[in-house]
Amino acid sequence: MSTLTTTEPPPPLAPPPALGRRSSLGDRAFRVGALACGLTVLAILALIAVATTREAWPAVSDQGLSFFTSRRWAPSVEIYGSLAFVYGTMVTALIGLALAVPVSVGIALFLSDVAPRRLRRPVGALVDLLAAVPSVVYGFWGVTVLAPAIVPVYDLISDLTSPIPVLSTLFAGPSTGRGLFTAGIILALMITPIITSITREVFDTVPGAQKEAAYALGATRWEMIRAAIFPHSRAGMVGAVMLGLGRAMGETIAAALVIGSSPQITANLFASGDSMAAVIANQFGEAGGLHRSALIGLGVQLFLLTIVVNMAARVIVARSGKYR
Amino acid sequence: MSLQPAVLGSGISRGRRARNRAAVVLVYLAVVAAAVPLGFVMAYLIEQGGRVLTFNFLTRDIPVSARTRGPGMGPAVVGTLLITGAATAMAVPLGVLAAVYVNEYGKKNRLAAVIRFLADVMAGVPSIVMGLFIYTVWVLRFGFSGFAGALALGCLMLPIVIRSSETALLLVPNDLREASTALGARPSRTILTVVIPAALPGIVSGALLAVARAAGETAPLLFTIGVVTTTNLNLFDGTNTALSTQIFGNATQPFPGGISRAWGAALTLVLLVFVLTAIARVIARRFTVR
Repeated sequence: MSTLTTTEPPPPLAPPPALGRRSSLGDRAFRVGALACGLTVLAILALIAVATTREAWPAVSDQGLSFFTSRRWAPSVEIYGSLAFVYGTMVTALIGLALAVPVSVGIALFLSDVAPRRLRRPVGALVDLLAAVPSVVYGFWGVTVLAPAIVPVYDLISDLTSPIPVLSTLFAGPSTGRGLFTAGIILALMITPIITSITREVFDTVPGAQKEAAYALGATRWEMIRAAIFPHSRAGMVGAVMLGLGRAMGETIAAALVIGSSPQITANLFASGDSMAAVIANQFGEAGGLHRSALIGLGVQLFLLTIVVNMAARVIVARSGKYR
Repeated sequence: MSLQPAVLGSGISRGRRARNRAAVVLVYLAVVAAAVPLGFVMAYLIEQGGRVLTFNFLTRDIPVSARTRGPGMGPAVVGTLLITGAATAMAVPLGVLAAVYVNEYGKKNRLAAVIRFLADVMAGVPSIVMGLFIYTVWVLRFGFSGFAGALALGCLMLPIVIRSSETALLLVPNDLREASTALGARPSRTILTVVIPAALPGIVSGALLAVARAAGETAPLLFTIGVVTTTNLNLFDGTNTALSTQIFGNATQPFPGGISRAWGAALTLVLLVFVLTAIARVIARRFTVR
């Protein structure tokens, strides 16, 4: 009987038993072809690093270290410091995360354990829809509808927080509606689907026996979530959040439309700022010479930053071994 | 087999019950927090876009000046379809074959693990970096063209296609491979006539999701295709245009004519992406063997 072969799966494509025929030329060619396709990934990544760095080099060598440490960006006098954009990228991405993570974890819990069966599919479709809307549409809506509508809300918050020391700096008015916080809101909308779907996959790997055990001990649903789901999923959730962070840092068009485009480092979250991706999108068209090279240099920095974040995220997720 | 907590009510202290209720309410609020903004975006989009979306709008040339009112997004519709199509033609075969290598040949192979890891890393590269990349290696030499945009979108799609195809291949039962090998088929024949057909629904739905993602992208096209107001069917010669770049371009202008055309383009683009996504979901649900 063939039970032995099924209980012990052999490597998927073990070379066929030699029946007098060796593996043919066509066979080997196919294998090499497939390998070549796989290697294009490596080649493209290497080429991205080399080609963009080479184009960025004139600006970086001209500005020296101040390209990374200066906060002044003044194309008219050929001064290019990227710090304000790095700051804007980090701040908007973190605001986006702060808003998106609780919502995403909530939706993932809803889909995995809380929802009545008939609500699962519509809410799943809702997450799909959220992911399907192109970023330029979110940005366009953000700049025409959200930014003007949110000014009174910002004004109210800054009035309410004005007597409180730290908060009064973070939420100082007046605002035009376009700024770091508005960009963060739009980014949150865009990264919610990705964090939700990965967190949900992680939650789905929690063994049913552990949930049953928690319930058998008399746990309420919330106690089951805290005792069975969260401890099991911690690493996967961290990975999901970091993937969301990488996505938020690289998001260009929506941020470019609502961030307000002023290269400044300010603690006032309602003020306008600028991010690396946004300044590239907004200035590249009119830029030439050193200015263009400096913008490509910003792209290289963004590339490296997102690669580090993504690699770390993948390693954490893979280590957790629960999500593939 | 959704699990339910034991009978709530008997012997559970008020504090525990309140905490449980609060948690469930928060979870529902999270769903509302995502649904409300999406609802606002869709309602506004349909209201504004619905006013201008007509047959003429989809076919006429784009007015040269953003101040001009009236229809015309035809060249952008054609550009989006052509550029995304060309990107698909490049990225999908490449991605599927790469996935074949990783999953069928490289099970215990270091190189395959490296390729899989790098595909994940590549999936995280911001789309604007893809645009800058194609700008430096292609546009600086050969100028703006639809094909340059297709290259940038292809770079964006490749890792998505690899990952989804790999998942699809992974779901093909090993028995099929063994049966084919036992009949004397060589690996390449097994892959082409047994494994890939079995995985096809998954591969197709994954590819469609990648297409949907690419069709909506703006950043990779900003510095690669240029801009044009008449239909350019030639991908390799002359500048081109796309729905997404038209939206971005008009959104930053203060002219009502351009703005309303941008809403029309946005509605067209969203409908296109939704249709692609829906087809992908249907294929995935209908044909996937679990």
